[in-house]
Parts: sequence; structure tokens; C-alpha cells
Amino acid sequence: MSAGPAAAPAPAAPVAASGRAAAPRPRFGPHRRHLWFWVFTGPFVLGLAVFVYVPLVWSVTLSFFDARNTVTPSRFVGWANYAAVLGDPAFTSSLLTFSLFTLVVVPATFALSLALALLVSRVRRLRAFFRSVFFLPTACSYVVASLIWKMSVFNGVRFGLANTVLRAFGADPVAWLSDPHPPWYWLVIGTVRLWLQAGFYMILFLAGLQRIPRALYEAAAVDGARPGWQTFRYITFPQLRATSVAVVLLLVINAFQAFDEFYNLLSSARGYPPYARPPLVYLYYTALGQGQDLGVGSAGAVVLALLIAVATVAQARWFGLGRKEA
Amino acid sequence: MTMSEPTPRHAAISRRRLLAAAGGLALAAPLAACGSNTGRGGGGPGGGTVLRQWYHQYGEPGTQSAVKRYAAAYRQAEVTVEWRPGDYDRQTAAALLTADGPDVFEANGPTLDQIRGGQVADLTAEIAAARDDFNPAVLAPKIYGGRVWGIPQTIDTQLLYYRKSLLAKAGVAPPATLDALVTAARALTGKDVKGLFLGNDGGAGVLGSGGIPLIAAGLDLLTADGRAAFADPAGADALARLRTLWTDKSLLLGAPADWSDPSAFVQGLTAMQWTGLWALPQIAKALGDDFGVLPFPAAGAHGKPAVPVGAYAAAVNARSKHRDAAKRYVKWLWVDRTDFQEDFALSYGFHIPARLSLARKAAKLRTGPAADAVRYATGNGHAAPLLWTPGAQTAVQDAFSRIIKDGADPRAQLASAASRVTAEVRRARGEG
Repeated sequence: MSAGPAAAPAPAAPVAASGRAAAPRPRFGPHRRHLWFWVFTGPFVLGLAVFVYVPLVWSVTLSFFDARNTVTPSRFVGWANYAAVLGDPAFTSSLLTFSLFTLVVVPATFALSLALALLVSRVRRLRAFFRSVFFLPTACSYVVASLIWKMSVFNGVRFGLANTVLRAFGADPVAWLSDPHPPWYWLVIGTVRLWLQAGFYMILFLAGLQRIPRALYEAAAVDGARPGWQTFRYITFPQLRATSVAVVLLLVINAFQAFDEFYNLLSSARGYPPYARPPLVYLYYTALGQGQDLGVGSAGAVVLALLIAVATVAQARWFGLGRKEA
Repeated sequence: MTMSEPTPRHAAISRRRLLAAAGGLALAAPLAACGSNTGRGGGGPGGGTVLRQWYHQYGEPGTQSAVKRYAAAYRQAEVTVEWRPGDYDRQTAAALLTADGPDVFEANGPTLDQIRGGQVADLTAEIAAARDDFNPAVLAPKIYGGRVWGIPQTIDTQLLYYRKSLLAKAGVAPPATLDALVTAARALTGKDVKGLFLGNDGGAGVLGSGGIPLIAAGLDLLTADGRAAFADPAGADALARLRTLWTDKSLLLGAPADWSDPSAFVQGLTAMQWTGLWALPQIAKALGDDFGVLPFPAAGAHGKPAVPVGAYAAAVNARSKHRDAAKRYVKWLWVDRTDFQEDFALSYGFHIPARLSLARKAAKLRTGPAADAVRYATGNGHAAPLLWTPGAQTAVQDAFSRIIKDGADPRAQLASAASRVTAEVRRARGEG
């Protein structure tokens, strides 16, 4: 090339008898810390700005405008979108759905993953095998798992897996996802999430278990604590406090963000039944569906984000997140 | 540009400098790719104009290669066809908000909000030469303010398919009324076969979106001035019958494939199924002539049989950079090239041509269940009005779901849905 920055004449290297002392400062050396900082973090900062902060600010802006079928609205409506979303029984019912879902799925996942961690940590042989087996479902996508649950395990016809088992006991097939009375769909929604998540939280608990000093158990044994429940109740569980707090926080935030399994299990080509709509499904149909009401959808998203923030801060305070372990 | 002789300084490029340069290139490459990947590359016929055309994913084999063939035959511009699987209506709705949407797209509409929002181009002049030849029932919802906003491609309808042998075995005649349908479904339900399949939600979605049971009860969805007209005791009675189907346990629920797919019917899981005309070839292939089709049966004393009709329309993105070229292409494909329109409607799956002249001469539509389907679509077909917005549909679907699944009071639910529909239509017309 005859031109261009790569071929630009570099300052001639001064020739000095003293050698090292007079050597030119290399263009890309450790002294260019600012440059390297931006080379390594720049793309991520840019990505964060473009894909997180700009949409966030834009969404808050949209929530104050009449933004139907447009992302560049011009009619300011003040708090009207917030009034609309908070006054919509479908939104309040979606929050109720979420609360019910959280009350069931958070304790269930917590208990199952802790139980799995305790079991895996106690096995003497094939520990790595069991750890991998229970962790594997985490690698499966929610969409795929939901479709398998819907079409194969819990379909309503006689050859679905669950109905085949029921049939073996002489029971009639159950329309798991179609009939809200009784609400069997909660079983389907709950089990798919348990299957997908329990392995991941099991790993977190395993890490927590490994940090408990053996000496504590030995001391407890000397003091006469019986192995099993008593040791778990007074040694293991209190020592897992930091891990437990983190797990509960993550589980609650994940529950707030539930969308994939609900949408893939319950929606049809013609819409979504009026029950079991969690907040994100509600927002999807309001803002991204043919409704395209981005103003009301954004207001709902802001309300939801505030709720998550308040719930997380309240939980963190309650559990003492970040407090030094005793 | 000439290559300069490599100087010793260039030759002795340090490892660190090489890595830094490579890193810079790696960073620059995706950015460059972002800039060029617009789908609007130059070249091709038509002086470099490249039009992007979107279709939803048709299930019938051959459709995709057919639409590509039509696009390749156009000489005034290069047309790239995109086949969009998944939730097509939402994809187009989202794409129309951006500057990178398709130039030409088929629309299950266009919706009133899209028209009023200035998202689709006026095609009145393009359709003018053949406007009278388009089926007026499906053209009507494409017209707003006296202008045409979409050109109907093909007509689709939904029907009640029944298995002749199963009905004969149970001693049941093809049901002509909603009461007879309830009785027949009950009689046809056995241990392994259900009487009727209306979708895994008991019919709330597919029957609710077009309000067909309300129309079969002799009601209109909307008055001429855009108020809900279905909150009537006759409609409530019809919905109470759908609830009876549910409580009788005559409905197939939880089938692996939903109502739009004929699998449950051809696999013998149900004796009757509500599904689309598009499923007819698949059903005929599996069952031979052991099936017939019916409209949704008349409900109550003043009822009349009804089938929904509708048409995907070719629309032009108003924000397209090549709007006029896109309009010319739409006119060429969906107005001028009747040979392609005929091929598209009749060679893959089963649809009724939107052009009256083509529907009249289609030999495939003259015999058997296909001829019945055309007769019902012509005589009992109801296209949802343009004012029947997605918001209105959701309100009615929710009411249907609560009545059918939860046993909610039909009159109260219809009254509540009617007030929501009236408010929604007022909003959509810009009156609210």
C-alpha cells in the first residue's frame, strides 16, 4: 500500500550508543493502560449502551407517550399509560399469576436442588457422573423442554406419557393443559421449570457445601450431635446461609422473568387463554403482539422493573445479603 | 493503488503489533458486515433495485419454490423472497416499525391500526383495472376511507370435517343445527375417539376470533356505526351449547397438533374436526372419500349456517425506499399475472382464488367436498370486518374461554366483551 495509517512513516528509531535507555517507547506497551482498558472493555460497554441503556431510556420515554404502532411517538400523554396498565384487570391478574407461580416454584426448586446437592455430596462413588446427570437439563432450552412436555409427556390424548401411566392404573386420560378445572397446567409448568433449573442451583449448593469446614462437623460430633437431621439443622443449613440467600434471590428474579414455558405451553395460533398469563406474557401481547401498544407496554415494563427492584432490595435487606458470614 | 516495496521495518513487524492489528480487524469485521448486510445488494434486473418480499410459512410443499419462481420471473427489479416461519403477524408488525422492514409483504390484514398509522401504502390505483373481479367479501376488509390497502391473494375458509363411516356406525346424520352437533358429538364419543375437535382450548381461540357461533346464531359482530352487536340472548344460547360440548366431555383436548392441522382427524382421534380448507388435500389423501364438510351449523330459531372467509393480502410497506417499484411489482404479480395467481391458489394445498374469474374456471373446485366448501364460502361466508381489530378479537376470545372452560354466565360475559369491543373500535377509529 502506498498510503494509509499502517504505512505512515513511524518516527525513526534514534540510534544511541546507550541502547536501552534511548529505545523508543513501544506504541502498544503496558504503559498504555487507558488504551488497553478501552480495547478490552469498549466492545462490551458499547454493547451494553446500545442494547441495554438506550432501550431502557427509550422504553421509559415511550411510557409517557401515545406510542401505538410507532417507536418515535409525538403525543405526550403523561401518566395515562401507567393509569391504563394499573387499571387493567388483566395486568393485576398477571401479577397474581406470578405471585402464585413464585410461591410454588421458588420453594420447590430450592428444596429439590438442596436435596440433590446433599445427596450428590454424600455419594462416595460416581459423584461426577451424578453431578453431570442432574446438571445436564440446564443445557436444554426452555422452548424445547416446553414443547416436549406439551406434545409428548403431558399431551391430553391416550398415548401421551403421563396418560399412558394413568391408563395403566385404569384412570381416564387428563387434558393437562386444556382444562383449568382442576388446574393441572400448573403441574406441567412447575415440573418443566424444576427439571430445567434444579441442576443449576444444585451446583451452587454443592459449592456452598464444599466451603463448610470439616472441623465444624467433627466438633459437633464430639459434642454429641447426631448425624442426619440434627447436623443438617444446626450446622449445614446455617453455614449455607450466603448460598441460600443468593439462590432465593436468583429464583425470584427468574420467576419474574418467566415467559418461555408459559408461552410455549399455553399459547395457540389464535392467542392465549385468559388464565395463567404471567406479566411478561401480558406485556408481549400488549406491546409486541398485533396490539403494538408500545406506550402501555413500556409503562407495564417500567412497573415490572420497579417491582423486581423493590422485591430484590427488600429480600436482600431481609436476608442480609453481603453481610459478612458469622 | 500501487503496492510499495516492503521496507525492512514492515517486514520486521512485531508479534505484538500483529496481534493488535488482528484484534482491530476482528473488531472491524462484524461492524463492516453490519453495514453491508442489508439485503439490498446491487445488481440484477431493474437497474439495481432490489425488493424484499415476505411470506408467512405455508405448510403445503412446493409453495416456497413457486413464490420464488414468480419473483424470478419479474424483470423490472430483483425480488428476494423471505420465507418467515413462526409468529408471522407479530414479525411483520415489529418490522414495520423499523427502517429495515420488507418492501412487499403478505398481511393477515392489513389491520386498521397499520392503515391509520400510515404503515402500508395505498394500492387503489394498482388494483383499479381488475377491482370488480376480486371477491367482494374478502376485498371489503382491505378498504378503508374508500382506498384499497391490500390486494387479496387467495381465499381461505374453515369448515367442519366429519368422518362419514364413523357417523354411519353411530347412526348419526351430518349435523345441520348446533343442537344436532351437540347430540352427534356425544353419540360419537367413545373410549378412544372423541366426537369433536375444536382446538385444544375447546374452540375459544378459533371460534372466538371470528365470532362464528355468534354469526351462526343470526347475529352481526358489529353494527354499521362500529358498535358491538353480539350481546344478545341468541348468542348466549349458542355459547351455552359450546359449554355443553365441554361438560359432556365430547371434545378432544390436548391433541399434539392443534385445530389447524388435520392430524387428529386423520389419526382417528376425533370423528369431527373444525379446520381449514387448506387441510382438504391431506385429509383426502389419508381418508379417500370417507369424509364430508359442513359449515358451522345454525344455532337457535333465527340462526343460519356460517363459515369464516378471509384472505392474506399483498401489501406494500409505506416506509420502503422503493415504494413505487414495490407497488409496480405487486400490481404485476397479484393483478396482471393471473396464471401465477391460479397456480398459487390451486397447485399447492387448497385455497379458493380471490379472483371470481379464476374461481369459476377452476376444475378442482367443481366436485366433491371441495365443491361443497366453495358453495359454503360463497353462500355462507363471513369475512371479519376491518374494524374487528385484534383487541376486539381478544376480548371475545377471553369471553368464549370463560364461558366454555369455566362455565361463566354467557350473557354477562358477552355484555362485558361487547362494551370492551365498542371501546376498542372507538379507539381504533381515533374517536376514543
